[in-house]
Amino acid sequence: MAIPIIYNVRSVRARWTSAIVAVVGIAGTVGVFVAMLSLARGFRATLVSSGSEDNALIVRGGATSEITSGIGLDSVKIIQDAPGIARGTGGPLVTAEAVLMAPIPLISTGTDANVELRGVAPNVLEIRKQVKIVQGRMFIPGLTEVVVGKNANTTYSGLTLNNTIWLGTMQWKVVGIFDAGGSSFDSEVWGDSRLLTEAYKRPDTFFQSVTVHLTSPQALTQLKDSLTTDPRLNVDVTREIEYYAKQSTRMTTLITRLGGFVAFVMAIGAVFGALNTMYSAVADRGREIATMRALGFGGPSVVFSFLLEALLISFIGGVLGCLAVLRLNGITTSTINFQTFSNLAFAFKVTPDLLGWGVVFALVMGILGGMSPAIRAASLPVASALREL
Amino acid sequence: MKFRSLIFANLFRKKFRLILTVGSFAIALVLFTFLGVVKSAFNRGVEVAGADRLIVVDRVGLMQLMPVSYGDKIRAIPGVKYVTHDHWFGGVYQDEKNFFPQFVIDVENHRQVYPEFIVPDEQWNNFVKDRQGCIAGRRLAERFHWKVGDRIPLKTTIYGAANWEFNLDGIYHTDKEGGDEGQFWLQWKYFDETVPSVIKSTAGWYILKLDSPDDAVRVAKAIDEKFANSSDETKTETESAFAAGFAKQFGNIEFLIMTIGGVVFFTLLLVTGNTMAISVRERTNELAVLKAIGLTDRTVLFLVLAESLVISFIGGVLGLFLAWGAIPAVSAALTGLLPPLLLSKTMLTLGLLFALFIGAASGLLPGIGAMRMRVVNAMRRV
Repeated sequence: MAIPIIYNVRSVRARWTSAIVAVVGIAGTVGVFVAMLSLARGFRATLVSSGSEDNALIVRGGATSEITSGIGLDSVKIIQDAPGIARGTGGPLVTAEAVLMAPIPLISTGTDANVELRGVAPNVLEIRKQVKIVQGRMFIPGLTEVVVGKNANTTYSGLTLNNTIWLGTMQWKVVGIFDAGGSSFDSEVWGDSRLLTEAYKRPDTFFQSVTVHLTSPQALTQLKDSLTTDPRLNVDVTREIEYYAKQSTRMTTLITRLGGFVAFVMAIGAVFGALNTMYSAVADRGREIATMRALGFGGPSVVFSFLLEALLISFIGGVLGCLAVLRLNGITTSTINFQTFSNLAFAFKVTPDLLGWGVVFALVMGILGGMSPAIRAASLPVASALREL
Repeated sequence: MKFRSLIFANLFRKKFRLILTVGSFAIALVLFTFLGVVKSAFNRGVEVAGADRLIVVDRVGLMQLMPVSYGDKIRAIPGVKYVTHDHWFGGVYQDEKNFFPQFVIDVENHRQVYPEFIVPDEQWNNFVKDRQGCIAGRRLAERFHWKVGDRIPLKTTIYGAANWEFNLDGIYHTDKEGGDEGQFWLQWKYFDETVPSVIKSTAGWYILKLDSPDDAVRVAKAIDEKFANSSDETKTETESAFAAGFAKQFGNIEFLIMTIGGVVFFTLLLVTGNTMAISVRERTNELAVLKAIGLTDRTVLFLVLAESLVISFIGGVLGLFLAWGAIPAVSAALTGLLPPLLLSKTMLTLGLLFALFIGAASGLLPGIGAMRMRVVNAMRRV
């Protein structure tokens, strides 16, 4: 026969001081576990959302990122005529982009960060449909004007609307702020590719990547086949979304491994806390347990009851940990991406499934911490325990 | 020490609680040292930077190249002892995952500027003679099981030819604690012959060694003034400022790991301290008896303190021992992502002191309580 759950609830309430120690330990562990995963998740999501299903990114064959790639104007012209590329009002939807880096001070520390500058085609907004100008206007081709992403606007100093900044050898006016939906473009500065390359004394016939808008997501194969078999070209064609997902791997691995180790060590600590609480609960209640056994509750139901109590404590801890981390959701932070050397702002992404995993993690710690005290409770000798003072 | 057996008897009265408390202490210490070494890994560049070295980069950005002729002009500035220049190579060895930094070095002054990187003379001479030669750090060579004489292929897309092959002529090591043994060096002369004309005769950045570190500010200013209004303006910083600039860009990631870890660490210690305090409070009666039979207040305080110090010491040592064992494994899992994690002696000492401090603090409160209590009241309590 099962021991009523209310018995455990009351018992936790009666011994709340010792229960709190275990709850805090478990809450902290779950908090760190979920926070680290949501950080990694957010970093990845920022890069992945930069890509789009129906865009393709073309870089030099073998290039691992845009900065190690180079595509000449002659190749761009060939790419423009390839099949599978959608056409807009002003011709094929193709943006050949020059990627550069500028040292711009971070507002938070005042020290320089590597900000990615992207020279884009005038019709880039038709190709990257998730990017919208939210303040000011788009830059005018041929003028030294730039538009900045919304995170760049708030993270780096001087990138405010109507302000003038030095980039390379020229002065530029910030004429607009764009929202790229939380993607990595939000940390970038965009301008006319011809002028930007000139400001950095780069040849204006040389680009880092070409992004094209496909007629449909399925058109990628057609485009890929046509470009990779063309003997005049040496390029790699990837779906934009896959390219950006790959750019996030190194940082996500770092965060998950560091966080994993910290969470693992803490989990051991939290299990110790739970063990401590449960053992003292059992030790305090020797007579109670013996009385229950004498009343006819079997050994298994005592084990079950104490395990339930441990799970109750760990569940409370898990939920509290999740609630604490939930407040981090959406908080923006920035770091340098190892794979592109550029600074990138991203947000914590606490998703329901991460919270779910957090609670599961808490319950596992509860079982580990509750099992052996529960067994001990059930194996107390009834007669001598009853005689105890 | 006539009280030794009493202290130990008290320690072992609840063996299981002792194990748990010592265990929690150990865990807290593992966490403490781990966070410490991670923090130092993030800032490794700053820690190992030479005080007498300056870095000169192009003002408009790190990726911008400067003419190689700047070298002689920089050397002409008084206070400059040696000048050398580097390029970032950025090749891929077999797979993108196998990332390691590759520098195109100028063999002429590299050894003078970086005396902490030690290459046996014979190996160095072979490297200088061998156009396609390369030198790898000891840790890097161990990572890929390279030995002198191996052919090492690298793929790159930045510089003309896609496939480069190098002969491993030497392996360098460093005598500086925390020094970087993960670099890969190739010769600038060979590089310069092979790359397309736009990159020929350029340097990625200059590193110079000063006669005296006190000159850093003046020399840096002189260099930047010299190239002001030229086609490539420069930005000169001390090596540590340069490294700090890079480290700061990790910015929030490091900060977040540290805050999260720090909060947890303190919670863990509070919890542990609390457990120890409880175990003293449980024995109020016994302590009152001890006082009743004539022990002084101070002796009672000493007994309580000694007990918590012993626990924290054992826990601390155990934790540091565990950390010492675990950190190389974690470091291996982070190869290519972070510089190697090093557990320094300072860190170990700091950890142990910290453990003892928490031990003393958590014993002090109940200890003082025990010292001050009136025997009559304490005995009356059940």
